[in-house]
Amino acid sequence: MTTAQRVVVDPITRIEGHLRIEAETDASGKIISAYSAGTMVRGIEIILRGRDPRDAWAFAQRICGVCTLVHGIASVRSVEDALHRAIPSYSIPKNAELIRNLMIAAQYVHDHVMHFYHLHALDWVDVVSALKADPKATSALAQSLSSYPRSSPGYFADVQKKVKTFVEQGQLGIFSNAYWGHPAYKLPPEANLMAVAHYLDALAWQRDVVKLHTIFGGKNPHPNFVVGGVPSAISVHTSGGGQDATALNMVGLQTVQNVIRQMRDFVDQVYVPDTLAIAGFYKDWGGRGEGLGNFLSFGDLPSKGFWDPDSYLIPRGVILNRDLTTIHPIDLDADNEIQEFVSHSWYKYSQGDAQGLHPFKGETELNYTGPKPPYQHLNVDQKYSWMKSPRWQGKSMEVGPLARVLMLYASGNEQAKELVGMTLKTLDVPVDALFSTLGRTAARTLESKILADAMQGWYDQLIANIKAGDVRTFNDQYWDPSTWPKHMQGVGLMEAPRGGLSHWIVIDDAKISNYQAVVPSTWNAGPRDAKGQPGAYEAALQDNHVMLDPKQPIEILRTIHSFDPCIACAVHVTDPDGDELVQVKIK
Amino acid sequence: MAEAMAASRRPSVIWLPFQECTGCTESITRSHSPTIEGMIFDMISLDYQETLMAAAGFQAEEALHNAMKDNYGKYLLIIDGSIPLGVDGAYSCIAGRSNLELLKEAAKGAAAIVAMGSCASFGGIPKANPNPTGAVSVSDIIKDKPIVNIPGCPPIPVVMTGVLAHYLTFGSLPELDDKGRPKAFFGETIHDRCYRRPFYDQGKFAKTFDDEGARNGWCLFELGCKGPVTHNACATAKWNGGTSWPVESGHGCLGCSEPDFWDAGGFYKALSMPADPLKIAAAAAVVGVGAGVAVSFANRAKKGAAKKAHETTTLEDLEK
Repeated sequence: MTTAQRVVVDPITRIEGHLRIEAETDASGKIISAYSAGTMVRGIEIILRGRDPRDAWAFAQRICGVCTLVHGIASVRSVEDALHRAIPSYSIPKNAELIRNLMIAAQYVHDHVMHFYHLHALDWVDVVSALKADPKATSALAQSLSSYPRSSPGYFADVQKKVKTFVEQGQLGIFSNAYWGHPAYKLPPEANLMAVAHYLDALAWQRDVVKLHTIFGGKNPHPNFVVGGVPSAISVHTSGGGQDATALNMVGLQTVQNVIRQMRDFVDQVYVPDTLAIAGFYKDWGGRGEGLGNFLSFGDLPSKGFWDPDSYLIPRGVILNRDLTTIHPIDLDADNEIQEFVSHSWYKYSQGDAQGLHPFKGETELNYTGPKPPYQHLNVDQKYSWMKSPRWQGKSMEVGPLARVLMLYASGNEQAKELVGMTLKTLDVPVDALFSTLGRTAARTLESKILADAMQGWYDQLIANIKAGDVRTFNDQYWDPSTWPKHMQGVGLMEAPRGGLSHWIVIDDAKISNYQAVVPSTWNAGPRDAKGQPGAYEAALQDNHVMLDPKQPIEILRTIHSFDPCIACAVHVTDPDGDELVQVKIK
Repeated sequence: MAEAMAASRRPSVIWLPFQECTGCTESITRSHSPTIEGMIFDMISLDYQETLMAAAGFQAEEALHNAMKDNYGKYLLIIDGSIPLGVDGAYSCIAGRSNLELLKEAAKGAAAIVAMGSCASFGGIPKANPNPTGAVSVSDIIKDKPIVNIPGCPPIPVVMTGVLAHYLTFGSLPELDDKGRPKAFFGETIHDRCYRRPFYDQGKFAKTFDDEGARNGWCLFELGCKGPVTHNACATAKWNGGTSWPVESGHGCLGCSEPDFWDAGGFYKALSMPADPLKIAAAAAVVGVGAGVAVSFANRAKKGAAKKAHETTTLEDLEK
């Protein structure tokens, strides 16, 4: 490449929502600076005003149907936190905590596997190359990596035949028009065939493992929750208990146990070995795509209640400038710690758009000032996104699997240290490689292993409680809003698969007077703030990305997908001066 | 469509996402029969689906335009999400183009349109009071094409694939009710097919989510179940391979396949009929069979009244 170019990629696919990327490169093809912008809004925070706080979870849950339980959990926790702040004895039953933990961990494992195989893999795996593979050699490769039973030469030959027939029919459907054959694809045909087989296996696997959500929540996507516990009553010892009094009978519990086994088996036998095997061919991606170096985790998976963060499996805290020796505490209520800015977002603050607002005092007033559609470009010097810009103590933060694994590592979690050490040793890369596109993708795999393993412990505790006669799953004290204090506020925190999530609720006269959701993809994908500091996506794209061929921007896809975007967003990248350069249509 | 079936080519399906949460796409991947991969390999050519497709950017746009051009007049168009009309459509854009513009363009060459989920069918959550973005449904915009609504938040996976399979197998849309929903899946209420219905008829109600009634599978009417006024197949098809469904897992039906269910009075507010008279009547039910029949009849009459009341319930009702 000889000249600076502007590359437009819209839509970015294989994500939740709509994503637009504009990449300005210098003459060498290197990306210079990035802008991230959300282009879809529904106004759910506005819709929630005036409603019964107990109903909020159902509305909030529809923020996202991929990480389908997280907003429901964060929402019921926000109301419970408001009650707990007002009435310190208020809590939820132990069984409800265990069931929520099982559902949260199941969401992680399900979501991370689907992200790896169905959303991210095609950035690294060349489906067409799989047709050239020798099924016998593929079988040998697969069996050298793990004990997964579906690894015979016949199995891979069948998968290859299926794909071959599909390709020869000439209707490629969802696989059409991709970058097959691009030199950035480094896997040998056998590894590609193995990954394609596991792409299909993972589709079948995910359908079965969501049954854990269906037992406890009645359906998936969008399982049900309730403020004060969980709605699934335990019917093991009731008259209809073996039949269909409720789903949480002996049959349902056995389904849950089977799902936990299926999850652990797939993570151990397929997901972890595939991640390591594929990463081995892409070690150079351990040297780009970090950007910020600041990481935040709210922590999650309590063992002694939501209000005892020290009991969480995933710790709470902040890591700054890659310094793993210091974990900074988070003061949730301090006005100057967690703030949202709208300097570059299509919202209006009543006291002016330059200041940040703490979410308890947050405002949501839509104020579109962008170009009238259809448009070619957004004006990134002004407002350019439907996402706000969250900051901690004024700093941009990355949230998500990498933040959590670093937090576990820094706080001395033995399993995390062992897994990280094993990964670095297997790949023969330095610790710095964690801070990268590759590190982010590997962290997602490693935490899936940690959580899949933890599920058995929660299940065993649930069984032990039931055996001891404790079938409480719901706290009906203060269920009736007429018993509530006139004014309350609370924050529901959780670690969603994509990162730290917080719902902030203010309740007056038993109705919602303010609701603010500060979501993971806003931390990661939000636009610049008042000081011009980029968000995590923007910074990551500016970290050492040289595009081989701007007409096939696979490099952008790899790093953006490594965050697992889960929000309608857009990323703009322009040259340092903001000059309008020649637009290159990618074809 | 019959011609398409006769030819060896798999019929083209184009799926456009508007104001949505991707829950509908996630849901269809959960279908056990037919499976999503079974459909993609053997039944349809899924030529545009942003969550699943490999291509991005210009290549994705090109795939869309090629599919519309090559299959003009023949492709099935699936929409998930509502369409915002406010600020010239800038509340939701793909490639700088508004959802409205994209919908109108894609609808032109479609043989039929499937509005997938409650947002595309009825406006869904974006349309909930006060509808900040001016969201509307597919049928509010498109008037000259056959449209089938598959509501639900999200719809049941096998209902999504079942309707598609019906269309591909018989070459026509299934019979629809007055809200554009296939009667085969939306013809009866949750309540009429609910396995807990006998407890309703006996006046046995769970009072909290973990009391003895809840653990014995008694009726969730008093906890706000909207089953009596909700048309969907949850009670019969169940969810995720027949594993369970909302009522079986202890939570009342939210009513998510009905228009404007978000503004229908609160999820934990019992339908307008108070349950107390039912209890009094039910106490009499043990006296004799004749009384039991009378109670059942009375309850049905009350259900009718409750339904009528529910349909006129608004957000204001919640304030009462």
